[in-house]
Amino acid sequence: MATIKLQQVEKKFGDFQAVKPMDLTIQDGEFVVLLGPSGCGKTTTLRMISGLETVTTGTIMLGDRNVTWLHPSERDVAFVFQFYALYPHISARENISFPLRAQGESKDVINQRVQEVAALLRIEHLLNQRPGNLSGGDQQRVALARALVRRPEAFLMDEPLGALDADFRETMRAEIKQLHIDQNATTVYVTHDQIEAMAMGDRIVVMSEAVVQQAGSPHEVYYDPANLFVARFIGSPGMNLVSSVYSQGVVSIPGTENRYSVPDGWQTPINETLEGEGQIVLGFRPEAAQLKTDGPLSGEVYASELQGAFSVLHVNVNTDDIVHIRSDRQIDYPIGTTLRFDIDPQMVRFFDPGTEAGIKREVSQ
Amino acid sequence: MSTTSSSLSSSQGRRFQRRYLLLIPLILMTIFYLIPLYVMLVTGFKSFEEVSLQTMWNLPSGIHFDNYIEAFEKLKPHLWNSLIMVIPAAIISSIIGSINGFVLARWRFPGSKLVLPLLLFGMFIPYQSVIIPLAVFMKNIGLAGSIPGLVLVHVIYGIPITTLTFYGYYMTVPKELVEAAKIDGAGLLGTYWNIFIPVSAPAFVVVLIWQFTSAWNDFLFAVILTGNKSWPVTVALQNMAGSQIIAGNVQMAGSLLAALPTLLVYIFLGRYFLRGLMAGSLKG
Repeated sequence: MATIKLQQVEKKFGDFQAVKPMDLTIQDGEFVVLLGPSGCGKTTTLRMISGLETVTTGTIMLGDRNVTWLHPSERDVAFVFQFYALYPHISARENISFPLRAQGESKDVINQRVQEVAALLRIEHLLNQRPGNLSGGDQQRVALARALVRRPEAFLMDEPLGALDADFRETMRAEIKQLHIDQNATTVYVTHDQIEAMAMGDRIVVMSEAVVQQAGSPHEVYYDPANLFVARFIGSPGMNLVSSVYSQGVVSIPGTENRYSVPDGWQTPINETLEGEGQIVLGFRPEAAQLKTDGPLSGEVYASELQGAFSVLHVNVNTDDIVHIRSDRQIDYPIGTTLRFDIDPQMVRFFDPGTEAGIKREVSQ
Repeated sequence: MSTTSSSLSSSQGRRFQRRYLLLIPLILMTIFYLIPLYVMLVTGFKSFEEVSLQTMWNLPSGIHFDNYIEAFEKLKPHLWNSLIMVIPAAIISSIIGSINGFVLARWRFPGSKLVLPLLLFGMFIPYQSVIIPLAVFMKNIGLAGSIPGLVLVHVIYGIPITTLTFYGYYMTVPKELVEAAKIDGAGLLGTYWNIFIPVSAPAFVVVLIWQFTSAWNDFLFAVILTGNKSWPVTVALQNMAGSQIIAGNVQMAGSLLAALPTLLVYIFLGRYFLRGLMAGSLKG
């Protein structure tokens, strides 16, 4: 296993910039998820690491080897495809052993290693089947086995669960995570599904429009989004973002009586960012809102959705902005009810609408 | 309710009628198309005395296999010539087409986009326009009047269509399979041999049948490029009619014998042919 280091890696297709120069270091044994909407450059990044795509500029290091211009087979990485890409005409066993046979390994080594990974993935009973006879989940297990059997420096996975049914996807999610813990293999995993990213990643790299928006732990990207894009993209629903005005320690929502006093630790950085006062974006997660009769903020219930263990209320805080508030599923809030609520001071966030960047709280001493 | 259902059934009835109206011209055209075949069949069974223009539509007085035996005796060496010409011609041009198709479908090189159209151009050159230079060329390389020479010509003339067929087929092989092979360490040749060849059976069936039929049925190249010992059956059949006083009955029996191999190939392998033509996507 090895670290992967991207240095100023860039990809252009003609005039189209698929990935703008990016730096990223993936530690030995780390599980990194590249997350973003389609067309954001995450798959291109993965393909450049694999060598299926060449870089336009930049350097890719694998361990202490510069692999930038090596052929995919010489990089010693394994790739798992969304649609499995199993060879349809040969059995699962032959699929799994294919990379070893291509490397010219001896029969004994091949048999032993195939047996090992088949046991690991619990597919021993499927080894003589052809891919066409296997379920989607089993096909992906065979594809994972084919990746594992080579003992590569790194695993690269391109939406490996994207083609599976929802319930299968959850099972496989846990299996892949477990596999990673077992093998402690450096893994780069591409997905557009943020739930998958949150569940699996040691670190999430959020990409949009060919640029890395934020790289951090699932906790960081969820609670401290670096900018408005990440705030909106992570979470379902995403973070509530309300256009407001800041002045003298108070955030007010224009056209309403809604006022929110900025908690401790925020005044100084906000003052610095806005140079005193001005437009600001107030951000908070649905679960950060606390319904209280004496809350400083109010709004009218616009819709209510029961989501099982809880309800999500859509609340109109002014004419433009609807926020989502998580509430007790047992209590019924009829449409049109006026609610008052507060925001957990630990979970409120502020953004500069000009740069779209998140404002950072003063580090408490 | 009742009105809607009755109007529905009457519109269905009209559609039914229209379908049958369409069938009538189709059946008439089919009959017209099959008339020569009928004449060939009945004449082949007639005795010498029965054959005349006045009685060409009549059924034979009995089933006479003598004509077939006689025709077979005369055509036997040439049927054999056809066979040993057609088999290598079909196989070699299929293999070349497969290699071409793979390279053109899966390998981008400078000018790769130009090669396929240029190759396909070969399909649109009328044979007649190259006949004389071809004959001279064959003579110069010492293959004139021989079966290997004819094989060579059919191989070369088959390349455009075999390449196109394999190209189209190989374009449907998922890109990911090729990429998986790349990562797994298979080179270009390894990918061809391990991934493409094993899934090529439908395309090979199409191309082999096509090449077998067109080389077997060819007359023009054969008549120019072979001598009377090496005539394939098409040329021999023509000469059987022209140079000897043989009645139509034996010729017709010979015609059927000459057409039989391609008919049999199509009857027995035709469904694979259609399946291969329609084999658009490879399922994983």
